[in-house]
Amino acid sequence: MQRIGVFICWCGSNIAATVDVKKVAEAALNEPGVVFSADYQYMCSQSGQQLMKDAIKEKGLTGIVVCSCSPRMHETTFRKAAESCGINPYMVEIANIREHCSWIHKDIKEATEKAIILMRTAVAKVNLDNSLTAGTSDVVKRALVIGGGIAGIQSALDIAEAGYEVDIVEKAPTIGGKMAQLDKTFPTLDCAACILTPKMVEAASNEKIKIYSFSEVESVKGFVGNFTAKIKKKARFVDENLCTGCGLCTEKCPSRKTPNEFNRGMNTRSAVYIPFAQAVPKLAIIDPTACLHFKTGKCGLCERNCSAKAIKFDQQDEYIEQKYGAIVVATGFDTIKLDNFGEYGYNENPDVITSLELERLMNAAGPTGGVLLRPSDKQHPKKIVFVQCVGSRGLRPCDKPYCSKICCMYTAKHSMLIREKYPDTEVTVFYIDVRTPGKNFDEFYRRAVEQYGVNYIKGQVGKVVENDGKLTVYGSDLLMNEQVVIDADLVVLATAIEPDKTAKSVATMLTASIDTNNFFTEAHPKLRPVESPTAGVFLSGVCQGPKDIPETVAQASAAAVKVVGLLSKDKLTCNPCVAHSDEMLCNGCSSCEKVCPYGAITYINKEVNDHGKREVRRLASVNEAVCQGCGACTVACPSGAMDLKGFTNKQIMAEVDAICK
Amino acid sequence: MQKVVDIMKKRALQLLEQGTVNRVLGWKNGDFTYDQTPAVFNSKEEVNELVYNDFSAANLSKYLIAETKKEGKILAFLKPCDTYSFNQLIKEHRINRENVYVIGVECQGKVDVEKVRALGAKGVTGVEVDGETVTAHTLYGDKTFTKESVLMEKCLACKGKTHMAYDELIIVNPVEDKKNDRFKQVEELENMTPDERFAFWQGQLSKCIRCNACRNVCPACSCLKCVFDNPNSGVASKAVPDTFEEQLFHVIRAFHVAGRCTDCGECSRVCPQNIPLHLLNRKFIKDINKFYGEYQAGADTETRAPLTNFTKEDVEPSVISDKGGKA
Repeated sequence: MQRIGVFICWCGSNIAATVDVKKVAEAALNEPGVVFSADYQYMCSQSGQQLMKDAIKEKGLTGIVVCSCSPRMHETTFRKAAESCGINPYMVEIANIREHCSWIHKDIKEATEKAIILMRTAVAKVNLDNSLTAGTSDVVKRALVIGGGIAGIQSALDIAEAGYEVDIVEKAPTIGGKMAQLDKTFPTLDCAACILTPKMVEAASNEKIKIYSFSEVESVKGFVGNFTAKIKKKARFVDENLCTGCGLCTEKCPSRKTPNEFNRGMNTRSAVYIPFAQAVPKLAIIDPTACLHFKTGKCGLCERNCSAKAIKFDQQDEYIEQKYGAIVVATGFDTIKLDNFGEYGYNENPDVITSLELERLMNAAGPTGGVLLRPSDKQHPKKIVFVQCVGSRGLRPCDKPYCSKICCMYTAKHSMLIREKYPDTEVTVFYIDVRTPGKNFDEFYRRAVEQYGVNYIKGQVGKVVENDGKLTVYGSDLLMNEQVVIDADLVVLATAIEPDKTAKSVATMLTASIDTNNFFTEAHPKLRPVESPTAGVFLSGVCQGPKDIPETVAQASAAAVKVVGLLSKDKLTCNPCVAHSDEMLCNGCSSCEKVCPYGAITYINKEVNDHGKREVRRLASVNEAVCQGCGACTVACPSGAMDLKGFTNKQIMAEVDAICK
Repeated sequence: MQKVVDIMKKRALQLLEQGTVNRVLGWKNGDFTYDQTPAVFNSKEEVNELVYNDFSAANLSKYLIAETKKEGKILAFLKPCDTYSFNQLIKEHRINRENVYVIGVECQGKVDVEKVRALGAKGVTGVEVDGETVTAHTLYGDKTFTKESVLMEKCLACKGKTHMAYDELIIVNPVEDKKNDRFKQVEELENMTPDERFAFWQGQLSKCIRCNACRNVCPACSCLKCVFDNPNSGVASKAVPDTFEEQLFHVIRAFHVAGRCTDCGECSRVCPQNIPLHLLNRKFIKDINKFYGEYQAGADTETRAPLTNFTKEDVEPSVISDKGGKA
């Protein structure tokens, strides 16, 4: 029989104001195995821990129940305290009477009753607890970064800087991401390419960094310190080792009608192309959906003209398997589709564009060579209307409920740049609120209004209508409390951003969680903002939530520090709560093997002695270093042979019984 | 049908003679000709007792778990529906395929004597089947029925006349598959209110005498030690025939075989209390088809079973609340 001590924490008034802690302590003494109970103001304090330690010695306790906050907070604290007195740390159970009880109840009687039930449940579990010993596992000293935008690049550079190998997997033919498409950056107005491309080059030339461009992570197995990723290098039909990036093929290519992704479809590109001048890697790529050779079997002009003999029409997808100790998710964002925003006429009218398209229109490498010409008739727009919060902060199903965070600043930037370069242009901005809480941000916005005379109207736009090539914007001015109708040559929509469409599948692959908007969830929103709840998976950039460039870079470096902290360890302590198969009960049916997400279960043929009957049986065998204790196998096992140490079926049944008593 | 048995016996004798197999698994008559029992024939002489006709309903595949562990190879005669269970057991590594030679035998549906009795034949001494006519000899004279009206419950939901696994086939009278609405009874239960459905199952399951026939005959219930026989499992309350027995034994069993049940219908066939146990399993099959895509357990030995597989297309847990249940 166990000798159990029950310790009830007041957590100041967090628990004690709603739960009658004395009553819980009294009730504990009636539970089987309980020989001691006490309540204390702060069990986690040194004196609280001392109270526990003294009781362990005086009463000869063998098991501990702490009724306190979530085990995520202080389980380690109490386990260490118990261990220092010679009690196995896995003989300590936490009954969460704060988050699960006092914080969510108002009535003292009800809350106390529930606290007693939670205490009783934990006691039932401790009664069946066994001492467990944790093993260790090795750490693979290599990191994987999924996504090669500024977030991924920064994380990779910092990890490499610390001396660890790091691979960037980018699904596009070049790294650089969205930042490469931007013209200038707020609040300093330096050119995006001028500050990004040195980092791209640095990543490419760093011997610790390997870039897999035009590649995707197909699957990830394993666990913190020991992931195995399968990377699919999609066929680009150009030999990476031979192509010099001279671009001759792109000039010779007769198929030139494909919308240019890099310019947001505002001009066309050839079937064989280099995404942009500073692409990294600077390699040509063939788009087989546009290439005449792939479509008709004829042509082959690029192949004939390539002096490096780099064109390989028969190139196949290639798969690479690589082990990693840590994974950084930097999958970034895209602007939302505007199909459901008919009021702005985006799909119908070429002169209604998104802000990202405006970036390309204003960029020297863009479709107009940096001259602001409106798409329909290539004329200088004289009247430009910006609409903020398109799809952001909305309540309709097509809207995003969140603020996209970057739009206020880039709209101020756009309007300022336009007024600077084309002073005869009238610029109007419709806004709900102007949000500028960043360093030098509000000053920047005020410059747009005060110095550049941009006309800011507080109000929303109801519709944009086209008449004989002229756009009319119907909006409301909330400060003047009147309807406004403004003619415009160009309407720019500050389109909401959303996580890249691969976010959900990447999250599923990594068993990392995402929120209802498909942004990755942090392990703790305040205290662990760059870690995902899945150990060894870290978050960098907009995949976690809307961010501007400085914030993205800061978070990317923060994620890198976490990765470096992990990779600097030689061994990780394993979780001893792993699965175990009872040889006498195992049928060898493979159900457990099929559901195991970590590949921890293998089968062996072994002779067993089943009550005198000797026979060779096919038996499940768990690799304890690989098992993560998820328990999927215990559910799948039809005969109950699989059980989880520390969470045995019997313990769980005992807990349920204790709750139902 | 006599012709089929003749060929079966001939092949059995040949294979025994050649030494390809050393035993034969088939059916033999019990106390009555309509009451057959699975049997292992260990010699050429014993093979004379082999029978196969409209009463050979038993699914023989489960016997191969024990039989294929023995020395030498066994010849097994399997009906089309038996081959689903056979494949499933191979998938679960329960049958050693190398130690069995499978001859697929034709099937035109099996006759249920209980149905003959239920239709008014008292004092049955024998039953004969001639094509679509079933004649019951009784103490009070002969009675005839259409075969359709006295078909086994499981044959009404026939999965088809194609064998899913075999080394050779004996088909003398090929028959076409008939369409049937396998899930009709399940739908009727689904259309009940929860209270009605609870009352239905309580009524049915309270008839259970816990004889374990359903479990022992079920090819999916092949555990070396069943959780109900394991005092440590927490559900082995064998000695306490309380409401747990009535309500939970069959429900737990249905959960345990979910995704592995081939719908062979043996559970309902052997139930001495005539509880329609197959409906519990068939509800699972229907839901699996709906939520994870069409799946037939035992159709082959390779396809991943939906309940022990994960795909991104899998239904989300919210389906429970979407359907009005408590999430």
